Amino acid sequence: MGTAVDIKIKRANKVYHAGEVLSGVVVISSKDSVQHQGVSLTMEGTVNLQLSAKSVGVFEAFYNSVKPIQIIHSTIEMVKPGKFPSGKTEIPFEFPLRAKGNKALYETYHGVFVNIQYTLRCDMRRSLLAKDLTKTCEFIVHSAPQKGKFTPSPVDFTITPETLQNVKERALLPKFLLRGHLNSTNCVITQPLTGELVVESSEAAIRSVELQLVRVETCGCAEGYARDATEIQNIQIADGDVCRGLSVPIYMVFPRLFTCPTLETTNFKVEFEVNIVVLLHPDHLITENFPLKLCRI
Amino acid sequence: MAPAEVVTWAVRSGQLPLTSMASAENEVCAVRKVACPSQTWRPQKVQCGLSGAGQVPFTNMAAGVEGRGGVWMGSRADGPRTSGHVTGKMAVFPWHSRNRNYKAEFASCRLEAVPLEFGDYHPLKPITVTESKTKKVNRKGSTSSTSSSSSSSMVDPLSSVLDGTDPLSMFAATADPVALAAATDSSRRKRDRDDNSVVGSDFEPWANKRGEILARYTTTEKLSINLFMGSEKGKAGTATLAMSEKVRTRLEELDDFEEGSQKELLNLTQQDYVNRIEELNQSLKDAWASDQKVKALKIVIQCSKLLSDTSVIQFYPSKFVLITDILDTFGKLVYERIFSMCVDNRSVLPDHFSPENANDTAKETCLNWFFKIASIRELIPRFYVEASILKCNKFLSKTGISECLPRLTCMIRGIGDPLVSVYARAYLCRALLTEMMERCKKLGNNALLLNSVMSAFRAEFIATRSMDFIGMIKECDESGFPKHLLFRSLGLNLALADPPESDRLQILNEAWKVITKLKNPQDYINCAEVWVEYTCKHFTKREVNTVLADVIKHMTPDRAFEDSYPQLQLIIKKVIAHFHDFSVLFSVEKFLPFLDMFQKESVRVEVCKCIMDAFIKHQQEPTKDPVILNALLHVCKTMHDSVNALTLEDEKRMLSHLINGFIKMVSFGRDFEQQLSFYVESRSMFCNLEPVLVQLIHSVNRLAMETRKLMKGNHSRKTAAFVRACVAYCFITIPSLAGIFTRLNLYLHSGQVALANQCLSQADAFFKAAISLIPEVPKMINIDGKMRPSESFLLEFLCNFFSTLLIVPDHPEHGVLFLVRELLNVIQDYTWEDNSDEKIRIYTCVLHLLSAMSQETYLYHIDKVDSNDSLYGGDSKFLAENNKLCETVMAQILEHLKTLAKDEALKRQSSLGLSFFNSILAHGDLRNNKLNQLSVNLWHLAQRHGCADTRTMVKTLEYIKKQSKQPDMTHLTELALRLPLQTRT
Repeated sequence: MGTAVDIKIKRANKVYHAGEVLSGVVVISSKDSVQHQGVSLTMEGTVNLQLSAKSVGVFEAFYNSVKPIQIIHSTIEMVKPGKFPSGKTEIPFEFPLRAKGNKALYETYHGVFVNIQYTLRCDMRRSLLAKDLTKTCEFIVHSAPQKGKFTPSPVDFTITPETLQNVKERALLPKFLLRGHLNSTNCVITQPLTGELVVESSEAAIRSVELQLVRVETCGCAEGYARDATEIQNIQIADGDVCRGLSVPIYMVFPRLFTCPTLETTNFKVEFEVNIVVLLHPDHLITENFPLKLCRI
Repeated sequence: MAPAEVVTWAVRSGQLPLTSMASAENEVCAVRKVACPSQTWRPQKVQCGLSGAGQVPFTNMAAGVEGRGGVWMGSRADGPRTSGHVTGKMAVFPWHSRNRNYKAEFASCRLEAVPLEFGDYHPLKPITVTESKTKKVNRKGSTSSTSSSSSSSMVDPLSSVLDGTDPLSMFAATADPVALAAATDSSRRKRDRDDNSVVGSDFEPWANKRGEILARYTTTEKLSINLFMGSEKGKAGTATLAMSEKVRTRLEELDDFEEGSQKELLNLTQQDYVNRIEELNQSLKDAWASDQKVKALKIVIQCSKLLSDTSVIQFYPSKFVLITDILDTFGKLVYERIFSMCVDNRSVLPDHFSPENANDTAKETCLNWFFKIASIRELIPRFYVEASILKCNKFLSKTGISECLPRLTCMIRGIGDPLVSVYARAYLCRALLTEMMERCKKLGNNALLLNSVMSAFRAEFIATRSMDFIGMIKECDESGFPKHLLFRSLGLNLALADPPESDRLQILNEAWKVITKLKNPQDYINCAEVWVEYTCKHFTKREVNTVLADVIKHMTPDRAFEDSYPQLQLIIKKVIAHFHDFSVLFSVEKFLPFLDMFQKESVRVEVCKCIMDAFIKHQQEPTKDPVILNALLHVCKTMHDSVNALTLEDEKRMLSHLINGFIKMVSFGRDFEQQLSFYVESRSMFCNLEPVLVQLIHSVNRLAMETRKLMKGNHSRKTAAFVRACVAYCFITIPSLAGIFTRLNLYLHSGQVALANQCLSQADAFFKAAISLIPEVPKMINIDGKMRPSESFLLEFLCNFFSTLLIVPDHPEHGVLFLVRELLNVIQDYTWEDNSDEKIRIYTCVLHLLSAMSQETYLYHIDKVDSNDSLYGGDSKFLAENNKLCETVMAQILEHLKTLAKDEALKRQSSLGLSFFNSILAHGDLRNNKLNQLSVNLWHLAQRHGCADTRTMVKTLEYIKKQSKQPDMTHLTELALRLPLQTRT
């Protein structure tokens, strides 16, 4: 029934880089002919920052959300007021992707306190009797490959009761020795995080070993800045009491949209860390933290 | 019992030339051997019964005439009703048998034979379409000759539906929900075929294993399913859009499971569990079809999570099968969906496409799936789901699968539970059989891997390459995995599938060379056992003999066979299964020595049973091969000797069945004496199994009858002596049986055989033995473990007995009808059930017998045996004696009828009265006034208390009227007039 507006972006994966031309078609489909007051298309890219309740308090967080930063914005009038014939009408469009002024086109990122999002919005204005039709569609911006050579930075680690901090009763801890390495803490975002973990010995049975991917978002504003770490995903790499001495692979794919190359601007920062979490029977939780540096090449 | 009977025989039939018979020497021995001090006991008793004429009503003729009504009636005076009363109230009815013309009666009763015209319908006529018929049809110009003949009615209406055009299959063909073009369909089919061709057609498909596992791993324990289904939020989610909102909700849902609606189904039976999984499989398909991809993924994740639960461990393999079915479904759905995306309107993706051929949308969708799965939180579901869609890597890169494989393999290391991790590996192998094949071939010289290959792949596959495998086995490193296990695996495959003809002998030689060198008897026998099958299958007895000899050689030292009975048993079974010709089997020299290795009795008997079972199954012709007989007698003897007091009835029955099967298969052709001596030998061997003895008696009786047949009824001196030996065999064997009715029936049966062979005194002895056994019949007998009243069996036996007694000629030294008299005495003295009319029913039958006996010519005869009709030739004394007996019997019946009136058992009185009436009608001469009057009285009696069934009465009356129309029967018209029908008010 009625009229439908749809935006089709030419690239199937909807990924574009700065300087490229975003192209596609707006599809208007209807059984009958449609009267309208004009169709416009808006491209917009914004950074939304939000202060966490933890750092500034609930009310401030609610009211004090920082004003969104607009990175890119342009509107075009696609069709003058008139009438679409019945059937499917495709109207092609093109936008050059160029940031406003001297701002950079940050990579698309969906976080908790920082959100970088690019959208296309198509509005069909109609007479008073019929509602205006709107269709929004997100497209994805990847930042340009970083210059300079990518250098892997491998890390070896050993976890024993002695290496732990923040332990109340060290004597109560069961003995264990975990060894492992991460192939690199400098990570290419399209490549998985890899490494190995060996349980050399453990008095207590192992319940689970998990990789926790954490985002660290920092928002600067007039009142200061807030820095919050939240979990993106948690991937179990070992379930149950694994074989001693046999290496368990560390492997984690960086989820799209929820990760982006590590970003540092004047107003906000997005960084990532990984925690290796070992759960021992009956109720011990051991965490080893590794800051990561993500990049795109 | 046995000795007594034997002596009776010897005493009473002094003329029996037992001792003169060569072939019956064993019999004589038996007689002498079993003679014991109690030998005089039985005859004394019999004589008491006979000589005590005063107490016995039915004695010889002279005594009978004067003595009737004397002591016998007097003895009845002790009862509630005096005999005087009976005779006073009711006149003594004399019996007058009707003269019967059996031939005329038979002719009038017989159904008229109507000749059947060709082509007429007859239900038993075979459905054949004959030449003439079809010709006729052809002339008419019809093309379908078969269906137009009489067979047309037999065209199965169901079969016509099965030629593929039934509405259901047509519907299925057209209503395929996959809206893809037929081109896709056909290409998919081609692809499936191609998948097979990569692996080879002789590759064992998973489907075979699947059923096997499901059938084998079952449980009665309660199971539980733990499902955390998120809420139905993401219903409209599709896999194509990468909008942030949707992705977020989807990922949230994936994380949401722990908090989501948790369904825990506890206490499921195995069937419930299977049903639940099947439901999940269905809802997966439904969700997919209704575009709820997230829900589908959720189902799959939840299902794979079930695999981490090993609580009911014996069901785990089946669970694995069920759940991986779901995973396979899912993998297929995803693959086909992505594949369908690559198909645009014009072109179809080639079967072996490269990633460049896949379009961007398809790739993007595929990537989406992999990203989504990579974010599954738990290890086990993540592993299984990724493995299930591994094939989709083809859309992304050429090397995708081979890159993923090592990673997934390493990933399994993270699974702590060894069982779960092993099954995870199994699934990975299954998902990637093609790749596995390649690797196996490359790494072929690892013993463990070789063994896995041999046990996992289909036998045909292995068999055709067996020479290669032998080569590989020889070369491979033995450390850690012994070679004999490899040969065992290879042997298992060769037992199932045949290697190429040319290789066969070489394979055996190569394999046996290794096997025979095995030092440890256990290793050796495990291997040899498997290879015996191959040897039996493809080679002759010479090779089998060699193999058996080798086994004996290995297993005899230190009595190694004691630890390997199961394997040795298997070897025997395999040999038997392949050698159906027992003369060949027993000519395998080492077969019997092999049997000697079974020294534990239970095992030995089991093996014997197997052999006999096979013999019964496969031996088609009777045999007299001394090799077979000797060996099998030995085998049967072993079985028989295992019977002891503790042996179960079932076991005995089983053993008897097997031995009987053997006995039936032994035939010496026309060498009857040899045959009899075989039966004599068998009897001494199998004396503990009653069914075997019964079989032997039947066999001997049959032998006697065969002899008679051969001589066409005219025995020569020699054959007469021989059949007497047969009869003697039966006579001394029967008493050793326990079952009373078995004995009775066998006495009767053997008596009939004796009579048929003109052994009159022997027949008398059988019948006498039967008569003297009747008092021992207990009131209740055990039939299949339940106690049942014996009267009906006794009645049946007696009726049968009477029929025989009709033709038994009287002994010249005994009185008229002495057997009937003795039998009547026994019946009279037998303690019958209270409130039972069986005795009277028997008396009615006796009346029938006596009537038949008073005929001029009897209904039937035995060839070459003069029955009483020709002996007495209708002598009036004989008839008078006969009638006297009838009167006594009738008096008994009438008296019983009276007691019934007293006891208020009116219904019984009525039916018994009517049956007596019918007897008189059928056998009595109703021209006699008294008898006529009696019948009228009985008619009234039957109707007196309104107990009679009116319809029966009407029918009876109609019958009488009909009979009266026949000549000589006109007097019945008058009778009919005197029989009123009582209308029920």
